[in-house]
Amino acid sequence: MTADFLILSLLTLVGAVAAVSLRNLVHCALALAAALAGLAGLYLHLQAQFVGFAQLLVYVGAVAILIVFAILLTRGSDSEPDGPPATRGWVPGAGLAAAAAGLVVAAILSSRALAPSLQSSPEAPVRAIGEQLMTRYVLALELIGILLTAALIGAVIIAMTLPSRRSAEHKPQSRTSIPDL
Amino acid sequence: MAEKLDQIFVQAKHELVRWLLCHVPGAWAEVLSALLSIATLLVAFAALFALTTLLERKGLGRIQNRYGPNRVGPFGLLQPVADGIKALTKEDVVPRAADQVVHFIAPLVLVVPVFLALAVLPVGRNMVVVDLDAGLLFFFAVGAATELSVFMAGWSSRNKYSLLGAMRAIAQMISYEVPLILSAVTVVMMAGSLSTVRIVEVQAGFSGWLPHWHVLTPWGLAGFLLFLIAAAAEANRCPFDLPEGESEIIAGYYIEYSGFKFALFFLGEYIGLFAVSGLAITLFLGGWTAPLPFVQWVPSYVWFFLKLLSLIAFFIWVRGTLPRLRMDQLMSFAWKFMLPLSLINLLAAGLWRFLPEGLTRWAFCSLLLAAAYIGLGRSLVQRRNLGRRTYRFAE
Repeated sequence: MTADFLILSLLTLVGAVAAVSLRNLVHCALALAAALAGLAGLYLHLQAQFVGFAQLLVYVGAVAILIVFAILLTRGSDSEPDGPPATRGWVPGAGLAAAAAGLVVAAILSSRALAPSLQSSPEAPVRAIGEQLMTRYVLALELIGILLTAALIGAVIIAMTLPSRRSAEHKPQSRTSIPDL
Repeated sequence: MAEKLDQIFVQAKHELVRWLLCHVPGAWAEVLSALLSIATLLVAFAALFALTTLLERKGLGRIQNRYGPNRVGPFGLLQPVADGIKALTKEDVVPRAADQVVHFIAPLVLVVPVFLALAVLPVGRNMVVVDLDAGLLFFFAVGAATELSVFMAGWSSRNKYSLLGAMRAIAQMISYEVPLILSAVTVVMMAGSLSTVRIVEVQAGFSGWLPHWHVLTPWGLAGFLLFLIAAAAEANRCPFDLPEGESEIIAGYYIEYSGFKFALFFLGEYIGLFAVSGLAITLFLGGWTAPLPFVQWVPSYVWFFLKLLSLIAFFIWVRGTLPRLRMDQLMSFAWKFMLPLSLINLLAAGLWRFLPEGLTRWAFCSLLLAAAYIGLGRSLVQRRNLGRRTYRFAE
């Protein structure tokens, strides 16, 4: 329980709680980004440099921006919900969340991988991670690559206006009609 | 003598730490050493920022056939001081509708990561704040936070121009981050390491007169140019300064900032430019190594800052010369030209690594890159729609 661990876990927890309890959706997204940054700090605290920086690059740099964009493009970020932020089904929701968390904690505590790593701090240098990815886990890496490429092409096709569709979309429009976003 | 001059700052720090340890417990040695490095870095780059604002205004003035600032101090040298006092004494106006907390935090979220990114740049022999195993990854990871800061500034101001500017800035930063990282990856492939110190070490030494800099190879030259263009876009420099385009959206995401908060944005933008230029120097221009064998007696940090100042001069020159792009031109340039070319450059770097040394790999890699450049450029020009622009939503 060092000071940096306390600060980082406080940041993560406060960010996570704020992300689900704030009224404004953009504030929630920013609080989530803070929580994710705190998590990256915790990874760094555990000497996992690569995972920590990758977390920062992917979650704070890309996922948070994606969430923010989605909020701004779908519904007005200015409109705040009238009712309380938590819906009526929060009791079973909290129960389910507690059960899932308990299951994960129990699984981690009983796993055999935990026992030796408590004594020696496991250091995973970037080189070792790279070598493992290129030898033992190369199939998984390739599969993820294919999946991501497919997702990318799919996203481009969804976003692309084909020439035929575009002309059909534009011709019947009168000047007063508002195109839906 | 040259050796001593080269290590003078490193020695001075060691002496200072030793002297301070007489007064404080020994456990503080690491903290003191780190604090001293950080303080030096902050002061050096803040001073460079002050100098650059003056140089930029002078240089732009000369390009536009006027004098530039020349009233405060000799040759206008004290202009940055006057600017600083002005920024500090100005009223800090926050719009009533603005989101106060986010509006306040946004400049800090910009300034802190860009200064953090400087930590992994080796500015001289043995002169780096932290030599991280994954230094390059660290640089790009902390750089990612600046996008969030731009969004926070634009959204919290409750101003349509700032939101438009923020959207433009984020779209541009995300698009140009891809070629930026891909062109840096070629260097990682060659050096076999993500550590910036190691990357500089790989480029040390000479063959004949020529240094072993990455920029003097076909893939390195292509990578350097791609990196420089993407760096200009990342730093929102002209010709990619659409997010703050004065003529259309006034000042983009920081239109509602005044006084010292505006100065912080200004500082963050320039330090970001220094950081990414410093990374270009580290990756492609040999870091702190000397360009010719017989000038190696000049201290290493002098070379680093000389290279940095030349890159800054280049960016000022570009700003004074080129017009601003249009948003669709910017995007199609990033995705249809920069991205394929940087992917082909990755292939060229791989070929360079595995082909036998000699003229063949030079010819092969150069031909591949030249063919890709010409082919991509031709196809873009042919497909360019030069007719009347059609708008999807604006009409």
